[in-house]
Amino acid sequence: MSDKIFRSLLLVSALILLLIFAGMFFSLSKGAVPAFREFGFFGFIFSDKWISGTGQSTEQYGALAFIAGTLMTSILALLICLPFSLPVAFFVGEYFRGKKVAGVLGGIVDLLAGIPSIVYGLWGFYALRPLIQSLGLSEQGFGVLTSSLVLAIMIIPYAASLSAEFIRMVPQELKEGAYSLGATRAEVIRNIIFPTSFSGIFSAYVLALGRAIGETMAVTMLIGNTSRIPRGLMDTGNTMASIIANQFGEADGLKLSSLIAIGLLLFLITAIVNFLGRLMIKRHSV
Amino acid sequence: MSSLKYRLFKNKLLTLSVVIFSALTAVPLVLIIGKVFLKGWRQINWDFFTKTTPTTLDALLAINNNQPIPGGIANGIVGTLMMVLVASVIAIPLGVMCGIYLSENRKTKFSTVVRFLTDLLQGTPSIILGIIAYLWVVIPLKGYSALAGSVALAIMMLPLIVRSTEETMNLLPASLKEAGLALGSPYRSVVLKVLLPSAFGGVFTGILLAVSRVIGETAPLMLTALGATTIQWDITKPASAVSLLIWEFYNDPNLQSMIWSASLFLLLLVLSLNILAKQLAKKWRI
Repeated sequence: MSDKIFRSLLLVSALILLLIFAGMFFSLSKGAVPAFREFGFFGFIFSDKWISGTGQSTEQYGALAFIAGTLMTSILALLICLPFSLPVAFFVGEYFRGKKVAGVLGGIVDLLAGIPSIVYGLWGFYALRPLIQSLGLSEQGFGVLTSSLVLAIMIIPYAASLSAEFIRMVPQELKEGAYSLGATRAEVIRNIIFPTSFSGIFSAYVLALGRAIGETMAVTMLIGNTSRIPRGLMDTGNTMASIIANQFGEADGLKLSSLIAIGLLLFLITAIVNFLGRLMIKRHSV
Repeated sequence: MSSLKYRLFKNKLLTLSVVIFSALTAVPLVLIIGKVFLKGWRQINWDFFTKTTPTTLDALLAINNNQPIPGGIANGIVGTLMMVLVASVIAIPLGVMCGIYLSENRKTKFSTVVRFLTDLLQGTPSIILGIIAYLWVVIPLKGYSALAGSVALAIMMLPLIVRSTEETMNLLPASLKEAGLALGSPYRSVVLKVLLPSAFGGVFTGILLAVSRVIGETAPLMLTALGATTIQWDITKPASAVSLLIWEFYNDPNLQSMIWSASLFLLLLVLSLNILAKQLAKKWRI
């Protein structure tokens, strides 16, 4: 009898997880209804106006500026992280596989994932921003590029450690076959390892992109917080996460609903990106 | 086919660039830790851990008299520990039970769905969980509270605990469970007294990693716990956290010199938990 209770307790705990996820979607949608009703679902997404007027009549909210900011920072971060995370993946997964030095580098890169987001933000603000200023890239040092640089460092560990796993999974016989035909290591990597593990590596970068999209504190401290579409890499802007972090505290009414609507969009975007990434991993490992 | 010399040269070039770019990746970690350490260690003393944060005015007076800023981050330390503790109390039993369920019912459709949602939950940006805790706890209780912060952190911890429990349980040999059942012990004692203790190492490291992931979180706490200037033991009242204090110091020109010591404390706390978890994982590998 008590076994039955135990089994149903286990089932209930799994159900609770399901409910949390469904409840999150439901609550965000419910909170976003007033904003969508006022501006229309697509009207909200495709409007780049974010005006918090004093009276009801002048208030106008739209998500486009923040969607643009999010896409710009995260895609740029992904591009910047690529030339560093890929070598790390090959260093750990192929060149020095199983050696002590690979363990050390892997450990160091993993530690990067442990640093709190706010510390990254501080470092970006006090160390990277003056550097950008002194290079003459922008006057204030804030902006899309500064945020992307810090984001890139933050996602390196996610991209590198997962890619290294897929590189490690390439069958030894395939590599040995190529070596026996006289291929150099560079040729083995180019013609055997890379094509075989490509879909896995690609999925690792998709998941890293998901991380970059949702990152909040570091971006909030570095992007400059202007509510319009950034006009270039040096321009300031806001991401979906940073506008929520910046304005949620003092918001109410329609503005609060609009921020929750942005939260809903962010939730959906990261869920889709993560879904695709996980799906690709599943396909790859089958 | 190009000449052998050229092919060997290309090979060397690739090896060299992999090593160089990999080494470069370790640079940010050194720079960040170095910066925080150099600027932060001077402020750390006994008062730093036992006194609460000074007001802006006190700090300004101290600066004008060329004295070190009085006070510390005791309110933040207490708040962080309390919120993480409450979050653990919520997340650990639920997460471990859900992990056991997933491991015991591996192939069912329901498990596949729950497993996928767990992965999506892990990729959900922390700021979204802040909004959720705001909608689920702050609004019903009509005020910011440490409890709301704990709920946000608990949802963040859940997926990590679920997946590490499940993965460790999956590694246990089937004979272990069969032997227990063959001896006539009921299912619940086999799970609780045989399987779970055998998987303890993996489950525990999963919990440690989950704690180290949320202990430095700032964004969700901004929307839920809000912050407090005194030590607050009541979980239904707003509370501070070390990460929240860093954010406050960052925004207050008079308290700038406390940023780095608070960051150093947080960084050391997170990284040592992180390293401890990984060492234990190595030691307790099944």
